Amino acid sequence: MQVQLTVNGQARSDDVEPRLLLVHYLRQRCGLRAANVGCDTTSCGACTVLLNGRSVKSCTMLTVQAAGQDVTTAEGLAADGQLHPVQQAFRQEHGLQCGFCTPGMVMAAVGLLAENPHPTEAEVREGLEGNFCRCTGYHNIVRAVLAAADATAAGMTP
Amino acid sequence: MIPAPFEYAAADSAEHALELLAKFGDDAKLLAGGHSLLPMMKLRLAFPSALIDIGHLRELAGIRADGDELVIGATTRHADVAGSDLVRSQAPLLAHSAAQVGDPQIRHRGTIGGSLAHADPAADLPMALVALGGSVEITGPGGIRTVAADDFFTGFLETSLEPGELLSAVRVPRRPGTGWGYQKFVRRANDWAIVGVAAIDGRIALANMGPVPVRARAAEQALAGGASLAEAASLAAEGTQPAEDIHADRIYRQHLARVLTRRALEHQAG
Repeated sequence: MQVQLTVNGQARSDDVEPRLLLVHYLRQRCGLRAANVGCDTTSCGACTVLLNGRSVKSCTMLTVQAAGQDVTTAEGLAADGQLHPVQQAFRQEHGLQCGFCTPGMVMAAVGLLAENPHPTEAEVREGLEGNFCRCTGYHNIVRAVLAAADATAAGMTP
Repeated sequence: MIPAPFEYAAADSAEHALELLAKFGDDAKLLAGGHSLLPMMKLRLAFPSALIDIGHLRELAGIRADGDELVIGATTRHADVAGSDLVRSQAPLLAHSAAQVGDPQIRHRGTIGGSLAHADPAADLPMALVALGGSVEITGPGGIRTVAADDFFTGFLETSLEPGELLSAVRVPRRPGTGWGYQKFVRRANDWAIVGVAAIDGRIALANMGPVPVRARAAEQALAGGASLAEAASLAAEGTQPAEDIHADRIYRQHLARVLTRRALEHQAG
Protein backbone atom coordinates (compact mmCIF):
# COMPACT_ATOMS: atom_id res chain seq x y z
CA MET A 1 0.00 0.00 0.00
CA GLN A 2 1.04 3.60 -0.58
CA VAL A 3 2.39 5.48 2.45
CA GLN A 4 3.30 9.15 2.68
CA LEU A 5 5.61 10.42 5.38
CA THR A 6 8.47 12.82 5.98
CA VAL A 7 11.96 11.45 6.56
CA ASN A 8 14.67 13.88 7.64
CA GLY A 9 12.65 16.79 6.28
CA GLN A 10 11.97 15.17 2.91
CA ALA A 11 8.44 14.22 1.88
CA ARG A 12 8.32 10.65 0.58
CA SER A 13 5.71 8.41 -0.93
CA ASP A 14 6.42 4.70 -1.17
CA ASP A 15 4.58 1.49 -1.90
CA VAL A 16 5.17 -0.77 1.11
CA GLU A 17 3.89 -4.06 2.47
CA PRO A 18 1.90 -3.41 5.67
CA ARG A 19 4.27 -5.69 7.58
CA LEU A 20 7.38 -3.69 6.62
CA LEU A 21 8.95 -2.50 9.88
CA LEU A 22 10.00 1.14 10.03
CA VAL A 23 13.65 0.23 10.66
CA HIS A 24 13.74 -1.93 7.52
CA TYR A 25 12.03 0.81 5.52
CA LEU A 26 14.62 3.36 6.66
CA ARG A 27 17.59 1.08 6.00
CA GLN A 28 16.47 -0.67 2.82
CA ARG A 29 14.17 1.78 1.05
CA CYS A 30 15.59 5.12 2.19
CA GLY A 31 19.22 3.96 2.33
CA LEU A 32 19.55 5.38 5.84
CA ARG A 33 21.70 2.92 7.77
CA ALA A 34 22.22 4.78 11.05
CA ALA A 35 19.34 3.05 12.83
CA ASN A 36 20.66 -0.44 13.59
CA VAL A 37 18.76 -3.64 14.22
CA GLY A 38 20.23 -4.88 17.49
CA CYS A 39 18.05 -7.07 19.66
CA ASP A 40 14.97 -6.80 17.39
CA THR A 41 12.80 -7.15 20.54
CA THR A 42 12.22 -3.53 21.73
CA SER A 43 14.95 -3.82 24.35
CA CYS A 44 18.29 -2.46 23.14
CA GLY A 45 17.37 0.87 21.53
CA ALA A 46 19.89 0.63 18.67
CA CYS A 47 17.03 1.33 16.24
CA THR A 48 15.88 4.52 18.02
CA VAL A 49 14.64 7.33 15.76
CA LEU A 50 12.48 10.37 16.42
CA LEU A 51 8.80 10.32 15.49
CA ASN A 52 7.44 13.87 15.60
CA GLY A 53 10.37 14.71 17.88
CA ARG A 54 9.82 11.83 20.34
CA SER A 55 12.18 8.87 20.59
CA VAL A 56 10.73 5.55 19.42
CA LYS A 57 12.09 2.10 18.61
CA SER A 58 11.76 1.64 14.87
CA CYS A 59 11.98 -2.18 15.11
CA THR A 60 8.60 -2.13 16.86
CA MET A 61 6.69 0.08 14.47
CA LEU A 62 5.16 -0.60 11.10
CA THR A 63 6.03 1.85 8.36
CA VAL A 64 2.32 2.39 7.78
CA GLN A 65 1.98 3.59 11.39
CA ALA A 66 4.26 6.51 10.50
CA ALA A 67 1.94 7.70 7.70
CA GLY A 68 1.60 11.46 7.69
CA GLN A 69 4.27 11.87 10.37
CA ASP A 70 7.83 13.16 10.69
CA VAL A 71 10.67 10.69 11.12
CA THR A 72 14.19 11.83 11.98
CA THR A 73 17.22 9.55 11.90
CA ALA A 74 20.79 10.31 12.98
CA GLU A 75 21.53 11.24 9.34
CA GLY A 76 19.05 14.09 9.70
CA LEU A 77 20.67 15.74 12.73
CA ALA A 78 23.64 17.61 11.27
CA ALA A 79 22.68 20.90 9.62
CA ASP A 80 24.84 22.72 7.06
CA GLY A 81 27.75 20.37 7.65
CA GLN A 82 27.78 21.14 11.39
CA LEU A 83 27.35 18.30 13.85
CA HIS A 84 24.35 18.51 16.15
CA PRO A 85 25.40 19.51 19.72
CA VAL A 86 24.66 15.96 20.92
CA GLN A 87 26.84 14.46 18.15
CA GLN A 88 29.56 16.98 18.94
CA ALA A 89 29.40 16.11 22.63
CA PHE A 90 29.59 12.34 21.97
CA ARG A 91 32.73 13.04 19.91
CA GLN A 92 34.32 15.29 22.50
CA GLU A 93 33.55 13.09 25.49
CA HIS A 94 34.36 9.87 23.65
CA GLY A 95 30.81 8.67 24.23
CA LEU A 96 31.30 5.59 22.06
CA GLN A 97 33.43 2.50 21.80
CA CYS A 98 32.43 0.08 19.05
CA GLY A 99 29.79 2.54 17.81
CA PHE A 100 26.92 0.12 17.22
CA CYS A 101 24.63 1.62 19.85
CA THR A 102 25.71 5.20 19.10
CA PRO A 103 23.06 6.32 16.59
CA GLY A 104 20.33 5.04 18.91
CA MET A 105 21.98 6.60 21.95
CA VAL A 106 22.31 9.94 20.15
CA MET A 107 18.66 9.92 19.05
CA ALA A 108 17.45 8.91 22.53
CA ALA A 109 19.58 11.72 23.97
CA VAL A 110 18.18 14.27 21.51
CA GLY A 111 14.66 13.17 22.47
CA LEU A 112 15.52 13.32 26.18
CA LEU A 113 16.97 16.85 25.96
CA ALA A 114 13.93 18.03 23.99
CA GLU A 115 11.73 16.95 26.92
CA ASN A 116 14.16 17.90 29.69
CA PRO A 117 16.82 20.42 28.55
CA HIS A 118 18.65 20.46 31.91
CA PRO A 119 18.67 16.89 33.21
CA THR A 120 20.58 15.74 36.28
CA GLU A 121 22.98 12.85 35.90
CA ALA A 122 20.36 10.52 37.40
CA GLU A 123 17.75 11.79 34.92
CA VAL A 124 20.14 11.13 32.03
CA ARG A 125 20.73 7.57 33.24
CA GLU A 126 16.98 6.97 33.63
CA GLY A 127 16.26 8.70 30.33
CA LEU A 128 18.62 6.33 28.50
CA GLU A 129 17.16 3.26 30.22
CA GLY A 130 15.93 2.00 26.86
CA ASN A 131 19.38 1.95 25.23
CA PHE A 132 22.05 -0.67 25.82
CA CYS A 133 25.78 -0.25 25.24
CA ARG A 134 27.23 -3.74 25.22
CA CYS A 135 30.75 -2.27 25.45
CA THR A 136 29.36 -0.94 28.77
CA GLY A 137 30.69 2.54 28.01
CA TYR A 138 27.90 4.27 29.89
CA HIS A 139 29.98 6.76 31.89
CA ASN A 140 31.20 8.67 28.85
CA ILE A 141 27.79 8.49 27.21
CA VAL A 142 26.21 10.12 30.28
CA ARG A 143 29.01 12.72 30.34
CA ALA A 144 28.35 13.46 26.68
CA VAL A 145 24.63 14.03 27.22
CA LEU A 146 25.31 16.34 30.18
CA ALA A 147 27.92 18.21 28.07
CA ALA A 148 25.40 18.54 25.23
CA ALA A 149 22.85 19.99 27.66
CA ASP A 150 25.44 22.54 28.84
CA ALA A 151 26.44 23.39 25.26
CA THR A 152 22.84 23.89 24.23
CA ALA A 153 22.23 26.08 27.29
CA ALA A 154 25.27 28.14 26.31
CA GLY A 155 23.71 28.80 22.90
CA MET A 156 26.09 26.62 20.92
CA THR A 157 23.35 25.26 18.68
CA PRO A 158 24.36 25.10 15.05
CA MET B 1 12.25 -10.79 12.55
CA ILE B 2 9.33 -10.06 10.25
CA PRO B 3 5.65 -10.55 11.04
CA ALA B 4 3.53 -12.88 8.91
CA PRO B 5 1.54 -11.04 6.21
CA PHE B 6 -1.73 -9.38 7.16
CA GLU B 7 -4.26 -6.97 5.76
CA TYR B 8 -4.02 -3.45 7.13
CA ALA B 9 -6.79 -0.90 7.50
CA ALA B 10 -6.57 2.47 9.23
CA ALA B 11 -9.90 3.30 10.89
CA ASP B 12 -11.35 6.80 10.34
CA SER B 13 -13.26 6.72 13.63
CA ALA B 14 -14.15 4.42 16.51
CA GLU B 15 -17.39 3.58 14.69
CA HIS B 16 -15.42 2.73 11.54
CA ALA B 17 -13.12 0.52 13.64
CA LEU B 18 -16.18 -1.45 14.81
CA GLU B 19 -17.34 -1.84 11.19
CA LEU B 20 -13.88 -3.07 10.21
CA LEU B 21 -13.86 -5.52 13.15
CA ALA B 22 -17.18 -6.90 11.94
CA LYS B 23 -15.90 -7.10 8.38
CA PHE B 24 -12.56 -8.80 9.09
CA GLY B 25 -13.92 -11.17 11.75
CA ASP B 26 -12.36 -12.89 14.73
CA ASP B 27 -8.84 -13.17 13.32
CA ALA B 28 -8.46 -9.38 13.13
CA LYS B 29 -6.71 -7.44 15.86
CA LEU B 30 -6.86 -3.79 16.82
CA LEU B 31 -3.54 -1.95 16.61
CA ALA B 32 -2.81 1.14 18.73
CA GLY B 33 0.80 1.58 19.90
CA GLY B 34 1.58 -2.01 18.94
CA HIS B 35 4.07 -2.47 21.76
CA SER B 36 2.53 -5.71 22.97
CA LEU B 37 1.12 -6.96 19.67
CA LEU B 38 3.99 -6.29 17.23
CA PRO B 39 6.65 -8.11 19.31
CA MET B 40 4.30 -11.12 19.48
CA MET B 41 3.73 -10.93 15.72
CA LYS B 42 7.47 -10.74 15.07
CA LEU B 43 7.99 -13.86 17.18
CA ARG B 44 5.04 -15.46 15.29
CA LEU B 45 3.27 -15.98 18.61
CA ALA B 46 0.42 -13.99 17.03
CA PHE B 47 -0.54 -13.94 13.35
CA PRO B 48 -3.75 -11.95 12.92
CA SER B 49 -5.20 -11.92 9.42
CA ALA B 50 -5.85 -8.20 9.63
CA LEU B 51 -4.77 -5.22 11.70
CA ILE B 52 -7.21 -2.38 12.26
CA ASP B 53 -5.20 0.69 13.20
CA ILE B 54 -6.79 2.98 15.80
CA GLY B 55 -3.53 4.46 17.07
CA HIS B 56 -4.03 7.80 15.31
CA LEU B 57 -7.69 8.37 16.31
CA ARG B 58 -7.93 11.60 18.28
CA GLU B 59 -11.42 10.80 19.56
CA LEU B 60 -9.92 7.86 21.49
CA ALA B 61 -7.07 9.87 23.07
CA GLY B 62 -6.95 12.48 25.79
CA ILE B 63 -7.57 12.94 29.50
CA ARG B 64 -10.50 14.72 31.16
CA ALA B 65 -12.25 14.98 34.51
CA ASP B 66 -15.83 13.69 34.72
CA GLY B 67 -17.34 14.22 38.15
CA ASP B 68 -15.55 12.00 40.66
CA GLU B 69 -13.55 10.25 37.95
CA LEU B 70 -10.81 10.83 35.43
CA VAL B 71 -11.52 9.52 31.94
CA ILE B 72 -8.49 8.54 29.88
CA GLY B 73 -8.92 7.72 26.22
CA ALA B 74 -7.73 4.23 25.27
CA THR B 75 -5.04 5.39 22.84
CA THR B 76 -3.46 7.86 25.26
CA ARG B 77 0.26 7.07 25.37
CA HIS B 78 1.94 6.07 28.64
CA ALA B 79 4.19 9.15 28.46
CA ASP B 80 1.12 11.40 28.22
CA VAL B 81 -0.58 9.71 31.18
CA ALA B 82 2.64 9.93 33.22
CA GLY B 83 3.19 13.58 32.29
CA SER B 84 -0.39 14.83 32.66
CA ASP B 85 -0.84 17.44 35.41
CA LEU B 86 -4.43 16.27 35.81
CA VAL B 87 -3.45 12.63 36.37
CA ARG B 88 -0.48 13.56 38.57
CA SER B 89 -2.70 15.62 40.87
CA GLN B 90 -5.91 13.54 40.82
CA ALA B 91 -4.64 9.98 40.41
CA PRO B 92 -0.91 10.03 41.21
CA LEU B 93 -0.73 6.24 41.55
CA LEU B 94 -1.80 5.94 37.89
CA ALA B 95 0.71 8.56 36.74
CA HIS B 96 3.45 6.74 38.65
CA SER B 97 2.53 3.34 37.25
CA ALA B 98 2.46 4.70 33.66
CA ALA B 99 5.97 6.08 34.26
CA GLN B 100 7.18 2.57 35.25
CA VAL B 101 6.19 0.92 31.95
CA GLY B 102 9.21 -0.18 29.90
CA ASP B 103 11.46 2.71 28.94
CA PRO B 104 10.98 6.20 27.45
CA GLN B 105 10.71 4.99 23.85
CA ILE B 106 8.14 2.37 24.83
CA ARG B 107 6.15 4.97 26.80
CA HIS B 108 6.09 7.22 23.73
CA ARG B 109 4.26 4.54 21.73
CA GLY B 110 2.44 2.20 24.09
CA THR B 111 -1.13 3.06 25.07
CA ILE B 112 -3.11 2.60 28.28
CA GLY B 113 -5.93 0.79 26.48
CA GLY B 114 -3.52 -1.49 24.67
CA SER B 115 -1.74 -2.45 27.87
CA LEU B 116 -5.04 -3.21 29.66
CA ALA B 117 -6.50 -5.16 26.73
CA HIS B 118 -3.28 -7.19 26.46
CA ALA B 119 -3.79 -8.06 30.16
CA ASP B 120 -0.33 -9.23 31.10
CA PRO B 121 -0.56 -10.04 34.84
CA ALA B 122 3.07 -8.87 35.27
CA ALA B 123 2.40 -5.45 33.73
CA ASP B 124 2.06 -2.15 35.58
CA LEU B 125 -1.26 -0.74 34.42
CA PRO B 126 -3.54 -3.76 34.99
CA MET B 127 -2.34 -3.88 38.61
CA ALA B 128 -2.77 -0.12 39.00
CA LEU B 129 -6.31 -0.20 37.63
CA VAL B 130 -7.29 -2.99 40.05
CA ALA B 131 -5.75 -1.14 43.02
CA LEU B 132 -7.54 2.07 42.06
CA GLY B 133 -10.88 0.31 41.66
CA GLY B 134 -11.15 1.76 38.18
CA SER B 135 -13.12 0.52 35.20
CA VAL B 136 -12.95 0.31 31.44
CA GLU B 137 -15.44 1.55 28.87
CA ILE B 138 -16.05 -0.96 26.11
CA THR B 139 -17.65 0.17 22.87
CA GLY B 140 -19.41 -2.45 20.77
CA PRO B 141 -22.13 -2.72 18.16
CA GLY B 142 -24.73 -2.40 20.95
CA GLY B 143 -23.26 0.76 22.51
CA ILE B 144 -21.01 1.38 25.48
CA ARG B 145 -20.73 -0.85 28.56
CA THR B 146 -18.58 -0.30 31.63
CA VAL B 147 -16.70 -3.14 33.32
CA ALA B 148 -15.04 -2.85 36.75
CA ALA B 149 -11.33 -3.65 36.88
CA ASP B 150 -12.01 -6.59 39.23
CA ASP B 151 -14.20 -8.20 36.54
CA PHE B 152 -12.26 -7.19 33.43
CA PHE B 153 -9.28 -9.54 33.72
CA THR B 154 -10.49 -13.11 33.28
CA GLY B 155 -7.34 -15.15 32.63
CA PHE B 156 -3.74 -15.03 31.44
CA LEU B 157 -3.81 -12.44 28.59
CA GLU B 158 -7.61 -12.75 28.63
CA THR B 159 -10.29 -10.14 29.35
CA SER B 160 -14.04 -9.80 29.17
CA LEU B 161 -13.72 -7.99 25.81
CA GLU B 162 -15.92 -9.79 23.28
CA PRO B 163 -15.10 -10.18 19.58
CA GLY B 164 -16.22 -7.06 17.74
CA GLU B 165 -15.72 -4.83 20.77
CA LEU B 166 -13.22 -2.06 21.40
CA LEU B 167 -11.79 -0.83 24.71
CA SER B 168 -12.45 2.89 24.28
CA ALA B 169 -11.66 4.55 27.62
CA VAL B 170 -10.41 3.99 31.15
CA ARG B 171 -12.03 5.45 34.27
CA VAL B 172 -10.32 5.92 37.62
CA PRO B 173 -11.63 7.59 40.78
CA ARG B 174 -10.16 11.00 41.56
CA ARG B 175 -8.27 10.80 44.84
CA PRO B 176 -6.14 13.92 45.27
CA GLY B 177 -4.02 13.83 48.41
CA THR B 178 -4.74 10.17 49.20
CA GLY B 179 -1.66 8.17 50.19
CA TRP B 180 -0.58 5.34 47.94
CA GLY B 181 2.24 2.83 47.64
CA TYR B 182 3.81 1.19 44.60
CA GLN B 183 6.50 -1.46 44.58
CA LYS B 184 7.91 -3.29 41.59
CA PHE B 185 10.64 -5.88 41.91
CA VAL B 186 12.70 -6.39 38.75
CA ARG B 187 16.06 -7.96 37.99
CA ARG B 188 16.78 -5.88 34.87
CA ALA B 189 16.12 -2.31 33.81
CA ASN B 190 12.79 -1.83 32.00
CA ASP B 191 11.61 -5.38 32.68
CA TRP B 192 8.22 -6.66 33.76
CA ALA B 193 7.68 -7.12 37.48
CA ILE B 194 8.75 -10.39 39.06
CA VAL B 195 6.23 -9.25 41.67
CA GLY B 196 4.49 -5.89 41.93
CA VAL B 197 2.27 -4.29 44.57
CA ALA B 198 0.01 -1.24 44.36
CA ALA B 199 -1.88 -0.02 47.42
CA ILE B 200 -4.34 2.82 47.94
CA ASP B 201 -7.30 3.45 50.21
CA GLY B 202 -7.49 -0.03 51.71
CA ARG B 203 -7.14 -1.82 48.39
CA ILE B 204 -4.02 -3.85 47.58
CA ALA B 205 -3.35 -5.28 44.10
CA LEU B 206 -0.57 -7.70 43.19
CA ALA B 207 1.14 -8.15 39.82
CA ASN B 208 2.46 -11.51 38.63
CA MET B 209 1.01 -13.42 41.59
CA GLY B 210 -1.46 -15.34 39.41
CA PRO B 211 -2.85 -15.40 35.86
CA VAL B 212 -4.53 -12.02 36.41
CA PRO B 213 -3.72 -9.04 38.64
CA VAL B 214 -5.19 -10.08 42.00
CA ARG B 215 -6.33 -8.36 45.19
CA ALA B 216 -4.56 -9.26 48.44
CA ARG B 217 -7.94 -9.65 50.13
CA ALA B 218 -6.73 -11.22 53.40
CA ALA B 219 -4.35 -8.31 53.89
CA GLU B 220 -7.09 -5.80 52.97
CA GLN B 221 -9.46 -7.36 55.52
CA ALA B 222 -6.78 -7.29 58.21
CA LEU B 223 -6.16 -3.60 57.52
CA ALA B 224 -9.88 -2.87 57.69
CA GLY B 225 -10.00 -4.75 61.01
CA GLY B 226 -7.30 -2.54 62.51
CA ALA B 227 -4.26 -4.81 62.10
CA SER B 228 -0.82 -3.20 61.95
CA LEU B 229 0.75 -2.68 58.54
CA ALA B 230 3.25 -5.49 59.22
CA GLU B 231 0.48 -7.89 60.31
CA ALA B 232 -1.60 -7.07 57.22
CA ALA B 233 1.42 -7.41 54.92
CA SER B 234 2.21 -10.85 56.35
CA LEU B 235 -1.11 -12.02 54.82
CA ALA B 236 -0.46 -10.57 51.35
CA ALA B 237 0.30 -13.90 49.66
CA GLU B 238 -2.71 -15.77 51.17
CA GLY B 239 -4.52 -17.73 48.51
CA THR B 240 -2.15 -16.80 45.66
CA GLN B 241 -0.90 -19.35 43.14
CA PRO B 242 1.87 -17.54 41.27
CA ALA B 243 3.54 -19.13 38.28
CA GLU B 244 7.12 -20.39 38.55
CA ASP B 245 9.77 -19.42 36.04
CA ILE B 246 13.51 -18.86 35.69
CA HIS B 247 13.30 -15.77 37.90
CA ALA B 248 11.36 -17.04 40.87
CA ASP B 249 9.56 -20.06 42.27
CA ARG B 250 6.23 -19.89 44.11
CA ILE B 251 7.72 -19.60 47.60
CA TYR B 252 10.03 -16.75 46.58
CA ARG B 253 7.21 -14.85 44.84
CA GLN B 254 5.01 -15.20 47.91
CA HIS B 255 7.88 -13.91 50.09
CA LEU B 256 8.32 -10.95 47.75
CA ALA B 257 4.59 -10.22 47.86
CA ARG B 258 4.69 -9.94 51.68
CA VAL B 259 7.83 -7.80 51.76
CA LEU B 260 6.73 -5.50 48.95
CA THR B 261 3.25 -5.13 50.44
CA ARG B 262 4.77 -3.99 53.73
CA ARG B 263 6.90 -1.44 51.87
CA ALA B 264 3.93 -0.25 49.82
CA LEU B 265 1.76 0.15 52.92
CA GLU B 266 4.55 2.03 54.71
CA HIS B 267 4.95 4.37 51.74
CA GLN B 268 1.18 4.85 51.59
CA ALA B 269 1.15 5.79 55.27
CA GLY B 270 3.84 8.40 54.53
